[in-house]
Amino acid sequence: MIAQSRWTPYWQAAPMTLVFAVFFIVPLIATFVVSFWEYNQYSIQPAMTGENYTEIFDGCIAGLPELCTIFKTYLSTLKFAAIVWALTLVIGFTIAYFLVFHIRTLTMQIILALVCTIPFLTSNVIRMISWIPLLGRNGLVNQALLGLGITDQPLDWLLYSNFSVVLAFVHLNTVFMIIPLLNSMFRIDKSLIEAAYDTGASGWQTLVNVVIPLSKTGIAIGSIFVITIVMGDYITIGVMGGQQIASVGKIIQVQTNFLQFPLAAANAVLLLVTVLSMILLLTRIVDIRKEL
Amino acid sequence: MSSKNNSGISRRSVLKGSAAIAGAAAGSQLITGFPAVIASEPVTLRYLGTAVNQSADIAKKVEEDLGIKIEYIPVTTDDVTKRIITQPNSFDIVDSEYFSLPNLIPSGNLIGMDANKIKYADKLATVMTKGEINGKKIGLQGTAPAKVFYLEKQRGKTFASEQTEWITLIPTTYNADTLGIRPDLIGRPIETWAELLNPEFKGKASILNIPSIGIMDAAMVVESMGKYTYPDKGNMTKEEIDMTIALLIEAKKAGQFRAFWSDFNESVNLMASGEVVIQSMWSPAVTAVRSKGIACTYQPLKEGYRAWASGFGLPKTLKGKKLDAAYEFINWFLSGWAGAYLNRQGYYSAVLETAKENMEPYEWAFWMEGKPAEKDIHAPDGSLLEKAGAVRDGGSYEDRMGSVACWNSVMDENEYMIKKWNEFIAA
Repeated sequence: MIAQSRWTPYWQAAPMTLVFAVFFIVPLIATFVVSFWEYNQYSIQPAMTGENYTEIFDGCIAGLPELCTIFKTYLSTLKFAAIVWALTLVIGFTIAYFLVFHIRTLTMQIILALVCTIPFLTSNVIRMISWIPLLGRNGLVNQALLGLGITDQPLDWLLYSNFSVVLAFVHLNTVFMIIPLLNSMFRIDKSLIEAAYDTGASGWQTLVNVVIPLSKTGIAIGSIFVITIVMGDYITIGVMGGQQIASVGKIIQVQTNFLQFPLAAANAVLLLVTVLSMILLLTRIVDIRKEL
Repeated sequence: MSSKNNSGISRRSVLKGSAAIAGAAAGSQLITGFPAVIASEPVTLRYLGTAVNQSADIAKKVEEDLGIKIEYIPVTTDDVTKRIITQPNSFDIVDSEYFSLPNLIPSGNLIGMDANKIKYADKLATVMTKGEINGKKIGLQGTAPAKVFYLEKQRGKTFASEQTEWITLIPTTYNADTLGIRPDLIGRPIETWAELLNPEFKGKASILNIPSIGIMDAAMVVESMGKYTYPDKGNMTKEEIDMTIALLIEAKKAGQFRAFWSDFNESVNLMASGEVVIQSMWSPAVTAVRSKGIACTYQPLKEGYRAWASGFGLPKTLKGKKLDAAYEFINWFLSGWAGAYLNRQGYYSAVLETAKENMEPYEWAFWMEGKPAEKDIHAPDGSLLEKAGAVRDGGSYEDRMGSVACWNSVMDENEYMIKKWNEFIAA
């Protein structure tokens, strides 16, 4: 009880470390190493070449002012990440706020929080695909609009467009924002809110000066979830965008399909660096560790 | 109590049974000298391929006829190639497309098949082996099977220009692809590939997002628009790739395409829902749309078809009784039942004579001779495909395979092409 070896915590962490090392660190190192290899149509050879990286940025300077494929793709993916992040944050925050501060009994809070997770009982591909018959040219929404005489032609932009991609992303990912926000909001001492009201703060002032600062950890964790998911996704963009919208994940997938593993690895490393720097920036703003 | 009894009986009978089998096996070995390979223990062949060709009926029939168990490993076309290169030990027989061969053979992971062990080797369709029908040459642009059919030696890494006894792949299915259209929504005849980019179908066209096949469809369009004639559509130069992709990008920016598809089922949904009225399509997808009661035509076009073929290959690691079983299975596959089964789905089979023996005359007349159906035409699963009187799109085997203009291919500039294709998707 008293005299614990100073090695004990390390032993306790060992199994997780091992799993982490074998299934995460080793593949990651392999990816990094392979990204410097050479390849042809049927084999990859160990080498130390930066060619795969220069290949990615090929034509980026020569082609100016026109953006090259990789910048265009990243720009498009970043745009989706920003829009989806903003929407899931607003929607997720509103729902979490409502559950924590407006629902009075704990039972009801738990029930409603569980209701939010019900869509997760089905596969996310199915949740995504179910939008298609709804939004299609002859879909439910268009038929309703035509039937009500609101439009005289089916709206094509409802499906296979930026709109449908954002819609599906928000639908799929809002819960990842809700859960961490719920977690940090539950920890807010209610007497702080009362104190704010007692000292004459308006509802808005309480929100901005008390609730939001104290939910910062939840916002940061939720943001990390949403941003990493959107940055690496290619299935949602593929299905909802009719494969007409580029994504970094799709480029990597096409390259692995054509056995260009080193090139795909280089792209994966680039994506990883991009996402990691975004997360680093986030953790600079919010110290997740300190506030957990 | 009763359960105890049962288990006792079953254990005893199992023991007895296995003793009998062992005895029989030993006996047969003593008397005849033949190894009782298949009688003693059923061989299982792991069959790698795309789901399209992997029918449960065929596996069932093989087990009945030969006692060989087929274990399907269904993956996508690209994954078949990937798997052969990266995990050549994970399958015993593979059904791969011929156009992947220029990537596969240099890896040395597949071996040439001994033509002497293939019973129907000299009856294989000449479209495959020589690139001709009844002595008439067909289009051989791209990776035509005839160009990659034979190896110089069994473990060779180069293709033979002449007929040898080492076959790369034994054909399973092949077909001629063209554009699928919704005649009810278009309402006028479609005769040329150029219609795919006709602004009339703005926002209602689609092309497939598998670069090596999509680029060929695009090339057919370029030629039919009279913009350019490729020396070989299946092996473009960098400049030709640039020009072809530039045309696609222009069309995409003008909003010509509703969506792209990369999975067979996606093309069915696009067509059936009316999102798209003209698109690159595969024959079973057209059948699938029709079986929903929606009009869909696999439209023959004056410039001809883009053809493809797939076939059985053997991994270099295969030996012993599994190797024997693989040859036995291939010989069974060519002997007619399977061929008839595939022909009834609208594909073409490797040995036409044996397939014909296994089909009803009215079926043969409809599928292969392009004649009006005398009776209702049913799919192998019994569902109604065509009513009596219908004629197959494109007509007879000779008309369809005879009008092939090019084959699916892997180009020398493959890498560059994929890069440019990604540019098209990002545009």
